[in-house]
Amino acid sequence: MYWEKEIETISPEELKTLQQERLKLTLQRAAQTPFYRKLFAQAKIKPELIKTKEDLQFIPPTTKEDLRSGFPFGFLSVPLTEVVRLHSSSGTTGTPTVIYHTASDLARWSNQVARSLFTVGVRKNDIFQNMMSYGLFTGGLGMHYGAERLGAMTIPIGAGNSKRQIWFLKHFKSTVIHIIPSYALLLSNLIKSEGLDPKTDFNVNIILLGAEPHSEGTRKRVEQAFGAKAYNSYGLSEMNGPGVAFECGYQTGMHLWEDYYLVEIVNPKILTPCQPGELGEIILTTINREATPILRYRTKDLAFYYQEPCPCGRTHLRISRIQGRADDMFIFRGVNIFPNQIETVLMNIPEVGANYRIILSREDYRDIMRIEVEIKPELFAGELPKLERLRERITNELRAEILVTPQVVLVEPGTLPTQEGKAIRLIDKRKL
Amino acid sequence: MAYQISVFAENKPGRIEKITGILAQNQINLRAITISSANGFGVIKLLVDQPQKAYELLHSHDIPAYLQEVIAVIMEDQPGGLHKIAKILSQNQINIEDAYGFVVKTGERSVLIIQVESQPHAQSILERSGLRVLNDEEIYQY
Ligand SMILES: [Zn+2]
Repeated sequence: MYWEKEIETISPEELKTLQQERLKLTLQRAAQTPFYRKLFAQAKIKPELIKTKEDLQFIPPTTKEDLRSGFPFGFLSVPLTEVVRLHSSSGTTGTPTVIYHTASDLARWSNQVARSLFTVGVRKNDIFQNMMSYGLFTGGLGMHYGAERLGAMTIPIGAGNSKRQIWFLKHFKSTVIHIIPSYALLLSNLIKSEGLDPKTDFNVNIILLGAEPHSEGTRKRVEQAFGAKAYNSYGLSEMNGPGVAFECGYQTGMHLWEDYYLVEIVNPKILTPCQPGELGEIILTTINREATPILRYRTKDLAFYYQEPCPCGRTHLRISRIQGRADDMFIFRGVNIFPNQIETVLMNIPEVGANYRIILSREDYRDIMRIEVEIKPELFAGELPKLERLRERITNELRAEILVTPQVVLVEPGTLPTQEGKAIRLIDKRKL
Repeated sequence: MAYQISVFAENKPGRIEKITGILAQNQINLRAITISSANGFGVIKLLVDQPQKAYELLHSHDIPAYLQEVIAVIMEDQPGGLHKIAKILSQNQINIEDAYGFVVKTGERSVLIIQVESQPHAQSILERSGLRVLNDEEIYQY
Protein backbone atom coordinates (compact mmCIF):
# COMPACT_ATOMS: atom_id res chain seq x y z
CA MET A 1 0.00 0.00 0.00
CA TYR A 2 1.50 3.25 -1.15
CA TRP A 3 0.46 6.88 -1.13
CA GLU A 4 2.12 7.43 -4.50
CA LYS A 5 3.14 4.03 -5.80
CA GLU A 6 4.93 5.24 -8.93
CA ILE A 7 7.21 7.64 -7.16
CA GLU A 8 7.78 5.56 -4.04
CA THR A 9 8.84 2.48 -6.02
CA ILE A 10 10.59 4.39 -8.81
CA SER A 11 13.44 2.58 -10.55
CA PRO A 12 16.99 3.89 -10.08
CA GLU A 13 17.18 5.03 -13.72
CA GLU A 14 13.91 6.90 -13.59
CA LEU A 15 14.85 8.45 -10.25
CA LYS A 16 18.11 9.67 -11.74
CA THR A 17 16.30 11.34 -14.63
CA LEU A 18 13.77 12.93 -12.29
CA GLN A 19 16.50 14.17 -9.95
CA GLN A 20 18.47 15.69 -12.82
CA GLU A 21 15.42 17.56 -14.10
CA ARG A 22 14.69 18.89 -10.65
CA LEU A 23 18.32 19.72 -9.92
CA LYS A 24 18.45 21.80 -13.08
CA LEU A 25 15.39 23.73 -11.99
CA THR A 26 16.79 24.12 -8.48
CA LEU A 27 20.07 25.52 -9.75
CA GLN A 28 18.19 28.03 -11.87
CA ARG A 29 16.23 29.08 -8.81
CA ALA A 30 19.37 29.23 -6.69
CA ALA A 31 20.96 31.52 -9.25
CA GLN A 32 18.14 33.98 -8.47
CA THR A 33 19.15 34.24 -4.83
CA PRO A 34 21.72 36.78 -3.64
CA PHE A 35 23.67 34.14 -1.71
CA TYR A 36 24.11 31.59 -4.52
CA ARG A 37 24.54 34.23 -7.22
CA LYS A 38 27.54 35.48 -5.28
CA LEU A 39 28.77 31.97 -4.48
CA PHE A 40 28.58 30.86 -8.12
CA ALA A 41 30.49 33.98 -9.18
CA GLN A 42 33.15 33.61 -6.51
CA ALA A 43 33.66 29.88 -7.05
CA LYS A 44 33.42 30.33 -10.82
CA ILE A 45 30.59 27.84 -11.07
CA LYS A 46 28.41 27.73 -14.14
CA PRO A 47 25.23 26.21 -12.71
CA GLU A 48 24.17 24.99 -16.16
CA LEU A 49 27.19 22.65 -16.14
CA ILE A 50 26.10 20.96 -12.90
CA LYS A 51 23.94 18.16 -14.21
CA THR A 52 24.20 15.10 -12.01
CA LYS A 53 24.37 14.28 -8.36
CA GLU A 54 28.07 13.58 -8.84
CA ASP A 55 28.61 17.10 -10.21
CA LEU A 56 27.36 18.51 -6.91
CA GLN A 57 30.81 18.09 -5.40
CA PHE A 58 31.91 21.19 -7.34
CA ILE A 59 29.56 23.32 -5.28
CA PRO A 60 30.82 24.30 -1.83
CA PRO A 61 28.45 23.07 0.90
CA THR A 62 26.07 25.49 2.58
CA THR A 63 26.27 25.70 6.36
CA LYS A 64 23.97 26.92 9.10
CA GLU A 65 26.24 29.95 9.42
CA ASP A 66 25.72 30.67 5.71
CA LEU A 67 21.97 30.59 6.26
CA ARG A 68 22.37 33.02 9.13
CA SER A 69 24.60 35.30 7.13
CA GLY A 70 21.92 35.31 4.43
CA PHE A 71 19.33 36.72 6.81
CA PRO A 72 16.78 37.94 5.87
CA PHE A 73 16.46 37.42 2.08
CA GLY A 74 19.77 35.95 0.96
CA PHE A 75 18.24 32.58 0.06
CA LEU A 76 14.92 33.78 -1.29
CA SER A 77 14.43 32.98 -4.98
CA VAL A 78 10.91 34.28 -5.55
CA PRO A 79 9.30 37.69 -5.06
CA LEU A 80 8.24 38.09 -1.43
CA THR A 81 4.63 38.46 -2.58
CA GLU A 82 4.71 34.79 -3.61
CA VAL A 83 5.67 33.72 -0.11
CA VAL A 84 2.83 32.51 2.10
CA ARG A 85 4.71 31.34 5.19
CA LEU A 86 8.07 31.40 6.89
CA HIS A 87 9.58 29.14 9.48
CA SER A 88 12.49 30.12 11.61
CA SER A 89 14.86 28.15 13.76
CA SER A 90 14.38 28.84 17.45
CA GLY A 91 16.90 28.86 20.21
CA THR A 92 19.98 29.87 18.28
CA THR A 93 22.42 32.61 19.13
CA GLY A 94 21.89 35.89 17.38
CA THR A 95 20.45 35.85 13.90
CA PRO A 96 17.84 33.20 13.18
CA THR A 97 17.68 31.13 10.03
CA VAL A 98 14.57 31.68 7.96
CA ILE A 99 12.98 29.38 5.40
CA TYR A 100 10.30 30.80 3.12
CA HIS A 101 7.57 28.76 1.49
CA THR A 102 5.29 29.49 -1.44
CA ALA A 103 1.80 28.01 -1.54
CA SER A 104 3.02 25.23 -3.79
CA ASP A 105 6.00 24.58 -1.48
CA LEU A 106 3.56 24.02 1.36
CA ALA A 107 1.40 21.77 -0.82
CA ARG A 108 4.45 19.66 -1.70
CA TRP A 109 5.60 19.55 1.91
CA SER A 110 2.12 18.46 3.05
CA ASN A 111 2.18 15.74 0.42
CA GLN A 112 5.60 14.63 1.61
CA VAL A 113 4.33 14.35 5.18
CA ALA A 114 1.09 12.68 4.08
CA ARG A 115 3.18 10.11 2.19
CA SER A 116 5.32 9.57 5.28
CA LEU A 117 2.26 9.06 7.48
CA PHE A 118 0.67 6.72 4.98
CA THR A 119 3.90 4.72 4.90
CA VAL A 120 3.57 3.90 8.62
CA GLY A 121 -0.10 3.03 8.25
CA VAL A 122 -1.96 6.24 9.07
CA ARG A 123 -5.26 6.40 7.18
CA LYS A 124 -8.18 8.74 6.65
CA ASN A 125 -10.19 7.19 9.48
CA ASP A 126 -7.44 7.79 12.04
CA ILE A 127 -7.63 10.39 14.78
CA PHE A 128 -4.37 12.21 15.04
CA GLN A 129 -3.33 14.00 18.24
CA ASN A 130 -0.39 16.24 17.43
CA MET A 131 1.56 16.77 20.67
CA MET A 132 4.31 18.84 19.06
CA SER A 133 4.60 22.56 19.57
CA TYR A 134 3.11 24.78 16.92
CA GLY A 135 4.58 28.04 15.72
CA LEU A 136 7.93 28.84 14.18
CA PHE A 137 9.05 25.31 15.00
CA THR A 138 8.21 23.09 12.02
CA GLY A 139 7.37 19.93 13.98
CA GLY A 140 3.81 20.90 14.86
CA LEU A 141 2.56 22.63 11.72
CA GLY A 142 4.46 20.37 9.31
CA MET A 143 2.87 17.22 10.64
CA HIS A 144 -0.48 18.95 11.06
CA TYR A 145 -0.89 19.81 7.40
CA GLY A 146 0.39 16.41 6.29
CA ALA A 147 -2.20 14.66 8.44
CA GLU A 148 -4.97 16.92 7.14
CA ARG A 149 -3.82 16.28 3.59
CA LEU A 150 -4.09 12.58 4.27
CA GLY A 151 -7.56 13.17 5.63
CA ALA A 152 -7.11 12.14 9.25
CA MET A 153 -8.97 14.09 11.89
CA THR A 154 -6.28 16.25 13.38
CA ILE A 155 -6.26 17.54 16.95
CA PRO A 156 -3.84 20.50 17.09
CA ILE A 157 -3.33 20.21 20.83
CA GLY A 158 0.34 21.20 20.77
CA ALA A 159 3.02 20.30 23.30
CA GLY A 160 2.74 19.86 27.05
CA ASN A 161 -0.24 20.07 29.41
CA SER A 162 -0.33 16.36 30.18
CA LYS A 163 -3.73 16.41 31.89
CA ARG A 164 -5.33 17.84 28.79
CA GLN A 165 -3.43 15.41 26.55
CA ILE A 166 -4.78 12.51 28.58
CA TRP A 167 -8.31 13.95 28.50
CA PHE A 168 -8.23 14.20 24.70
CA LEU A 169 -6.70 10.73 24.33
CA LYS A 170 -9.53 9.37 26.39
CA HIS A 171 -12.48 11.26 24.95
CA PHE A 172 -11.55 11.33 21.27
CA LYS A 173 -9.92 7.90 21.27
CA SER A 174 -6.93 9.20 19.35
CA THR A 175 -5.32 6.47 17.30
CA VAL A 176 -2.15 8.27 16.20
CA ILE A 177 0.06 10.55 18.27
CA HIS A 178 3.08 12.64 17.31
CA ILE A 179 5.32 13.10 20.30
CA ILE A 180 8.88 13.65 21.52
CA PRO A 181 10.22 10.27 22.73
CA SER A 182 11.23 11.44 26.22
CA TYR A 183 7.79 12.99 26.66
CA ALA A 184 6.12 9.78 25.48
CA LEU A 185 7.73 7.89 28.36
CA LEU A 186 6.88 10.63 30.83
CA LEU A 187 3.29 10.74 29.62
CA SER A 188 2.86 6.98 29.96
CA ASN A 189 3.95 7.26 33.60
CA LEU A 190 1.53 10.14 34.20
CA ILE A 191 -1.28 8.09 32.68
CA LYS A 192 -0.46 5.24 35.04
CA SER A 193 -0.37 7.60 38.01
CA GLU A 194 -3.96 8.58 37.14
CA GLY A 195 -4.89 4.93 37.54
CA LEU A 196 -5.22 4.31 33.81
CA ASP A 197 -3.43 1.83 31.58
CA PRO A 198 -1.90 3.39 28.44
CA LYS A 199 -2.23 0.01 26.70
CA THR A 200 -5.85 -0.84 27.37
CA ASP A 201 -7.64 2.37 28.34
CA PHE A 202 -6.72 4.18 25.12
CA ASN A 203 -6.80 3.50 21.40
CA VAL A 204 -3.33 4.65 20.36
CA ASN A 205 -1.85 2.27 17.81
CA ILE A 206 0.66 4.44 15.94
CA ILE A 207 3.19 6.69 17.63
CA LEU A 208 5.24 9.08 15.54
CA LEU A 209 8.46 9.90 17.34
CA GLY A 210 10.20 13.07 16.35
CA ALA A 211 12.28 16.12 17.22
CA GLU A 212 14.77 14.21 19.36
CA PRO A 213 17.33 11.55 18.42
CA HIS A 214 16.66 8.36 20.34
CA SER A 215 17.77 4.79 20.45
CA GLU A 216 16.13 1.53 19.51
CA GLY A 217 15.84 0.85 23.25
CA THR A 218 13.81 4.00 23.79
CA ARG A 219 11.54 3.08 20.90
CA LYS A 220 10.95 -0.35 22.41
CA ARG A 221 10.10 1.20 25.77
CA VAL A 222 7.62 3.59 24.14
CA GLU A 223 6.05 0.74 22.21
CA GLN A 224 5.72 -1.41 25.32
CA ALA A 225 4.32 1.45 27.38
CA PHE A 226 1.49 2.17 24.92
CA GLY A 227 1.12 -1.25 23.32
CA ALA A 228 1.52 0.47 19.95
CA LYS A 229 3.98 0.73 17.08
CA ALA A 230 6.39 3.65 17.31
CA TYR A 231 8.07 5.02 14.21
CA ASN A 232 11.20 7.07 13.92
CA SER A 233 11.39 9.98 11.54
CA TYR A 234 13.85 12.62 10.48
CA GLY A 235 13.41 16.23 9.58
CA LEU A 236 14.94 19.64 9.99
CA SER A 237 13.51 23.09 9.44
CA GLU A 238 16.09 24.01 6.78
CA MET A 239 14.78 21.08 4.74
CA ASN A 240 11.10 21.91 5.42
CA GLY A 241 10.74 20.05 8.70
CA PRO A 242 9.21 16.67 9.53
CA GLY A 243 8.95 14.19 6.68
CA VAL A 244 12.45 14.37 5.22
CA ALA A 245 12.90 10.68 6.02
CA PHE A 246 10.48 8.23 7.58
CA GLU A 247 10.48 4.64 8.63
CA CYS A 248 8.25 2.15 6.91
CA GLY A 249 6.50 -0.81 8.49
CA TYR A 250 9.79 -2.72 8.62
CA GLN A 251 11.31 -0.23 11.07
CA THR A 252 14.79 -0.75 9.69
CA GLY A 253 16.10 2.62 8.64
CA MET A 254 14.19 5.62 7.33
CA HIS A 255 13.40 6.18 3.67
CA LEU A 256 14.77 9.57 2.70
CA TRP A 257 12.47 10.90 0.00
CA GLU A 258 14.81 11.26 -2.94
CA ASP A 259 12.29 13.01 -5.18
CA TYR A 260 12.54 15.88 -2.66
CA TYR A 261 16.23 15.81 -1.80
CA LEU A 262 19.58 14.78 -3.18
CA VAL A 263 21.29 13.03 -0.32
CA GLU A 264 24.99 12.61 0.29
CA ILE A 265 26.53 10.93 3.31
CA VAL A 266 30.10 12.06 3.70
CA ASN A 267 33.03 12.05 6.04
CA PRO A 268 32.40 15.23 8.07
CA LYS A 269 36.07 16.21 8.07
CA ILE A 270 37.03 15.76 4.42
CA LEU A 271 33.59 15.50 2.80
CA THR A 272 34.37 12.32 0.85
CA PRO A 273 31.47 9.91 0.23
CA CYS A 274 30.91 7.17 2.81
CA GLN A 275 30.39 3.48 2.11
CA PRO A 276 27.18 1.73 3.13
CA GLY A 277 27.19 1.24 6.90
CA GLU A 278 29.85 3.89 7.41
CA LEU A 279 28.83 6.72 9.69
CA GLY A 280 28.93 10.13 8.04
CA GLU A 281 27.28 13.52 7.89
CA ILE A 282 24.06 13.88 5.94
CA ILE A 283 24.23 16.55 3.25
CA LEU A 284 20.98 17.49 1.55
CA THR A 285 20.02 19.49 -1.51
CA THR A 286 16.40 20.55 -1.94
CA ILE A 287 15.11 19.66 -5.41
CA ASN A 288 11.40 20.09 -4.87
CA ARG A 289 11.14 23.56 -3.37
CA GLU A 290 10.81 26.98 -4.99
CA ALA A 291 11.09 29.76 -2.46
CA THR A 292 14.22 28.71 -0.59
CA PRO A 293 16.52 26.45 -2.59
CA ILE A 294 19.42 25.15 -0.53
CA LEU A 295 22.34 23.33 -2.11
CA ARG A 296 24.40 20.77 -0.24
CA TYR A 297 23.24 21.70 3.22
CA ARG A 298 25.48 20.39 5.95
CA THR A 299 22.97 19.01 8.43
CA LYS A 300 25.72 18.03 10.92
CA ASP A 301 23.59 14.96 11.63
CA LEU A 302 25.47 11.68 11.60
CA ALA A 303 23.97 8.53 10.11
CA PHE A 304 24.80 5.71 7.71
CA TYR A 305 22.87 4.26 4.81
CA TYR A 306 21.74 0.75 3.94
CA GLN A 307 22.52 -0.79 0.60
CA GLU A 308 20.05 -3.68 0.60
CA PRO A 309 16.64 -2.98 -0.95
CA CYS A 310 13.83 -2.63 1.57
CA PRO A 311 11.25 -5.42 1.63
CA CYS A 312 8.49 -2.77 1.58
CA GLY A 313 9.28 -2.12 -2.08
CA ARG A 314 10.12 1.56 -1.67
CA THR A 315 13.32 2.35 -3.52
CA HIS A 316 14.24 5.57 -1.73
CA LEU A 317 17.49 5.48 0.21
CA ARG A 318 17.29 4.13 3.73
CA ILE A 319 19.31 5.96 6.36
CA SER A 320 19.96 4.84 9.93
CA ARG A 321 18.83 6.57 13.07
CA ILE A 322 20.68 9.80 13.73
CA GLN A 323 23.70 8.68 15.72
CA GLY A 324 24.97 12.05 16.83
CA ARG A 325 26.02 15.51 15.75
CA ALA A 326 29.01 16.47 13.70
CA ASP A 327 29.52 19.54 15.89
CA ASP A 328 28.84 20.08 19.55
CA MET A 329 25.30 21.29 19.26
CA PHE A 330 23.02 19.25 21.42
CA ILE A 331 19.32 18.61 21.36
CA PHE A 332 17.56 18.98 24.65
CA ARG A 333 13.84 18.23 24.95
CA GLY A 334 13.54 18.83 21.26
CA VAL A 335 15.31 22.19 21.29
CA ASN A 336 18.61 22.68 19.47
CA ILE A 337 21.11 24.26 21.81
CA PHE A 338 24.66 25.38 21.18
CA PRO A 339 26.95 25.47 24.24
CA ASN A 340 27.96 28.83 22.89
CA GLN A 341 24.50 30.24 23.63
CA ILE A 342 24.89 29.27 27.25
CA GLU A 343 28.37 30.70 27.37
CA THR A 344 27.19 34.00 25.92
CA VAL A 345 24.54 34.38 28.60
CA LEU A 346 26.84 33.41 31.45
CA MET A 347 29.67 35.61 30.37
CA ASN A 348 27.39 38.65 30.32
CA ILE A 349 26.70 38.24 34.04
CA PRO A 350 29.44 40.01 36.02
CA GLU A 351 29.25 37.73 39.07
CA VAL A 352 29.98 34.67 36.95
CA GLY A 353 33.55 33.43 36.99
CA ALA A 354 35.59 31.92 34.18
CA ASN A 355 34.35 28.37 34.17
CA TYR A 356 31.08 26.60 33.77
CA ARG A 357 29.99 23.10 32.91
CA ILE A 358 26.85 21.76 31.27
CA ILE A 359 25.82 18.30 32.42
CA LEU A 360 23.02 16.55 30.61
CA SER A 361 21.41 13.53 32.18
CA ARG A 362 18.19 11.61 32.13
CA GLU A 363 16.05 10.88 35.14
CA ASP A 364 12.69 9.16 34.96
CA TYR A 365 12.70 9.53 31.19
CA ARG A 366 13.09 13.26 31.49
CA ASP A 367 16.15 15.12 30.31
CA ILE A 368 17.87 17.22 32.95
CA MET A 369 20.27 20.04 32.24
CA ARG A 370 22.49 21.02 35.12
CA ILE A 371 24.74 24.00 34.69
CA GLU A 372 27.52 24.46 37.21
CA VAL A 373 28.71 28.03 37.31
CA GLU A 374 31.78 29.31 39.11
CA ILE A 375 31.28 32.60 40.87
CA LYS A 376 33.81 35.41 40.96
CA PRO A 377 35.48 35.74 44.40
CA GLU A 378 35.60 39.52 44.25
CA LEU A 379 31.90 39.82 43.42
CA PHE A 380 30.70 37.50 46.13
CA ALA A 381 28.24 39.50 48.21
CA GLY A 382 28.30 37.51 51.40
CA GLU A 383 24.67 36.53 51.88
CA LEU A 384 22.73 33.42 51.04
CA PRO A 385 19.61 35.25 49.80
CA LYS A 386 21.78 37.29 47.44
CA LEU A 387 23.33 34.10 46.08
CA GLU A 388 19.89 32.63 45.65
CA ARG A 389 18.84 35.73 43.70
CA LEU A 390 21.94 35.46 41.54
CA ARG A 391 21.14 31.83 40.86
CA GLU A 392 17.60 32.77 39.88
CA ARG A 393 18.83 35.55 37.64
CA ILE A 394 21.21 33.19 35.84
CA THR A 395 18.41 30.63 35.46
CA ASN A 396 16.00 33.19 34.03
CA GLU A 397 18.49 34.64 31.58
CA LEU A 398 19.42 31.17 30.37
CA ARG A 399 15.79 30.23 29.97
CA ALA A 400 15.16 33.33 27.87
CA GLU A 401 17.95 32.28 25.53
CA ILE A 402 17.63 28.49 25.31
CA LEU A 403 13.87 28.19 25.99
CA VAL A 404 14.30 25.43 28.56
CA THR A 405 14.91 25.75 32.28
CA PRO A 406 18.28 24.47 33.44
CA GLN A 407 19.20 23.58 37.03
CA VAL A 408 21.81 26.17 37.91
CA VAL A 409 24.31 25.36 40.64
CA LEU A 410 26.83 27.89 41.90
CA VAL A 411 30.26 26.47 42.57
CA GLU A 412 33.52 27.78 43.98
CA PRO A 413 36.07 29.24 41.60
CA GLY A 414 38.70 26.87 40.32
CA THR A 415 36.81 23.75 41.35
CA LEU A 416 35.52 22.66 37.96
CA PRO A 417 37.73 19.98 36.45
CA THR A 418 39.78 20.72 33.38
CA GLN A 419 41.48 18.43 30.91
CA GLU A 420 45.00 19.45 30.01
CA GLY A 421 44.13 22.95 31.07
CA LYS A 422 41.10 23.01 28.82
CA ALA A 423 37.73 23.38 30.44
CA ILE A 424 35.24 20.59 29.85
CA ARG A 425 32.11 22.43 28.81
CA LEU A 426 29.64 19.70 28.05
CA ILE A 427 29.07 16.30 29.57
CA ASP A 428 26.24 14.32 28.06
CA LYS A 429 25.32 11.41 30.30
CA ARG A 430 22.03 10.69 28.56
CA LYS A 431 21.77 7.22 27.16
CA LEU A 432 20.12 7.45 23.79
CA MET B 1 32.68 47.97 65.04
CA ALA B 2 33.08 44.25 64.74
CA TYR B 3 33.59 42.34 61.51
CA GLN B 4 32.61 38.94 60.27
CA ILE B 5 33.76 37.08 57.20
CA SER B 6 31.28 35.39 54.89
CA VAL B 7 32.61 32.63 52.70
CA PHE B 8 30.92 31.08 49.71
CA ALA B 9 31.15 27.30 49.80
CA GLU B 10 29.58 24.39 48.03
CA ASN B 11 27.98 21.68 50.12
CA LYS B 12 30.84 19.28 49.70
CA PRO B 13 32.91 17.36 52.21
CA GLY B 14 36.09 19.09 53.28
CA ARG B 15 35.00 22.67 52.60
CA ILE B 16 35.03 23.81 56.23
CA GLU B 17 38.18 21.86 56.89
CA LYS B 18 39.94 23.74 54.09
CA ILE B 19 38.92 27.12 55.48
CA THR B 20 39.74 26.35 59.10
CA GLY B 21 43.05 24.88 57.94
CA ILE B 22 44.07 28.11 56.26
CA LEU B 23 43.13 30.10 59.37
CA ALA B 24 44.93 27.76 61.77
CA GLN B 25 48.15 27.78 59.74
CA ASN B 26 48.21 31.53 60.05
CA GLN B 27 47.46 31.66 63.76
CA ILE B 28 44.05 33.17 63.33
CA ASN B 29 41.66 32.18 66.06
CA LEU B 30 38.10 31.30 65.32
CA ARG B 31 35.50 32.57 67.76
CA ALA B 32 32.26 31.48 66.12
CA ILE B 33 31.08 29.86 62.95
CA THR B 34 27.65 29.46 61.33
CA ILE B 35 26.65 27.68 58.17
CA SER B 36 23.58 28.24 56.05
CA SER B 37 22.89 26.46 52.80
CA ALA B 38 20.42 26.01 49.97
CA ASN B 39 20.48 24.52 46.49
CA GLY B 40 23.85 22.87 46.77
CA PHE B 41 25.77 25.87 48.02
CA GLY B 42 26.01 27.78 51.22
CA VAL B 43 27.51 30.62 53.15
CA ILE B 44 29.84 30.08 56.08
CA LYS B 45 30.11 33.00 58.49
CA LEU B 46 33.23 33.29 60.58
CA LEU B 47 34.07 35.43 63.54
CA VAL B 48 37.84 35.61 63.95
CA ASP B 49 40.37 37.63 65.90
CA GLN B 50 42.05 39.15 62.83
CA PRO B 51 39.25 39.67 60.30
CA GLN B 52 41.20 41.76 57.78
CA LYS B 53 44.09 39.29 57.67
CA ALA B 54 41.76 36.31 57.42
CA TYR B 55 39.86 37.99 54.62
CA GLU B 56 43.03 38.61 52.62
CA LEU B 57 44.28 35.09 53.21
CA LEU B 58 41.09 33.50 51.98
CA HIS B 59 41.10 35.70 48.91
CA SER B 60 44.67 34.74 48.13
CA HIS B 61 43.47 31.12 48.16
CA ASP B 62 40.78 32.06 45.63
CA ILE B 63 38.04 31.48 48.17
CA PRO B 64 35.17 33.91 47.68
CA ALA B 65 35.04 35.85 50.93
CA TYR B 66 33.33 39.00 52.03
CA LEU B 67 34.18 41.25 54.94
CA GLN B 68 31.18 42.67 56.67
CA GLU B 69 30.42 44.93 59.60
CA VAL B 70 28.25 43.41 62.29
CA ILE B 71 27.02 44.42 65.71
CA ALA B 72 28.29 42.37 68.62
CA VAL B 73 26.26 42.92 71.73
CA ILE B 74 26.53 41.40 75.19
CA MET B 75 23.52 39.40 76.16
CA GLU B 76 22.61 37.99 79.53
CA ASP B 77 22.82 34.23 79.26
CA GLN B 78 19.41 33.61 80.75
CA PRO B 79 15.82 33.24 79.55
CA GLY B 80 14.61 36.35 77.78
CA GLY B 81 18.06 37.71 76.93
CA LEU B 82 17.65 37.45 73.20
CA HIS B 83 14.02 38.52 73.35
CA LYS B 84 14.99 41.78 75.02
CA ILE B 85 17.33 42.74 72.18
CA ALA B 86 14.97 41.62 69.45
CA LYS B 87 12.21 43.70 71.03
CA ILE B 88 14.28 46.84 71.11
CA LEU B 89 15.16 46.48 67.44
CA SER B 90 11.65 45.68 66.29
CA GLN B 91 10.20 48.61 68.24
CA ASN B 92 12.55 50.78 66.20
CA GLN B 93 11.54 49.14 62.91
CA ILE B 94 14.93 47.54 62.46
CA ASN B 95 14.87 44.25 60.64
CA ILE B 96 17.38 41.60 61.69
CA GLU B 97 18.93 40.04 58.59
CA ASP B 98 20.90 37.40 60.41
CA ALA B 99 21.90 36.73 64.01
CA TYR B 100 23.87 34.17 65.90
CA GLY B 101 25.32 33.97 69.34
CA PHE B 102 28.02 32.31 71.33
CA VAL B 103 28.44 31.81 75.02
CA VAL B 104 31.38 33.45 76.72
CA LYS B 105 30.96 32.07 80.21
CA THR B 106 28.33 29.44 80.73
CA GLY B 107 25.44 30.78 82.77
CA GLU B 108 26.84 34.26 82.79
CA ARG B 109 26.88 35.98 79.50
CA SER B 110 26.97 35.44 75.78
CA VAL B 111 27.65 37.61 72.77
CA LEU B 112 25.03 38.10 70.11
CA ILE B 113 26.15 38.93 66.57
CA ILE B 114 23.52 40.85 64.63
CA GLN B 115 23.37 41.88 60.99
CA VAL B 116 20.97 44.68 60.15
CA GLU B 117 20.44 47.09 57.27
CA SER B 118 21.56 50.29 58.96
CA GLN B 119 24.36 49.24 61.20
CA PRO B 120 25.29 52.58 62.94
CA HIS B 121 21.67 53.46 63.59
CA ALA B 122 20.96 50.08 65.20
CA GLN B 123 24.13 50.29 67.22
CA SER B 124 23.25 53.64 68.71
CA ILE B 125 19.75 52.47 69.57
CA LEU B 126 21.13 49.43 71.37
CA GLU B 127 23.66 51.57 73.21
CA ARG B 128 20.96 54.06 74.26
CA SER B 129 18.97 51.12 75.60
CA GLY B 130 21.84 50.39 77.93
CA LEU B 131 23.33 47.45 76.08
CA ARG B 132 27.03 47.00 75.61
CA VAL B 133 28.25 46.84 72.00
CA LEU B 134 31.73 45.43 71.44
CA ASN B 135 34.43 46.09 68.88
CA ASP B 136 36.33 43.18 67.41
CA GLU B 137 39.21 43.33 69.86
CA GLU B 138 36.78 43.22 72.73
CA ILE B 139 34.90 40.29 71.26
CA TYR B 140 38.03 38.32 71.44
CA GLN B 141 38.84 39.35 75.01
CA TYR B 142 35.49 38.14 76.20
ZN1 LIG C 1 10.79 0.23 3.55
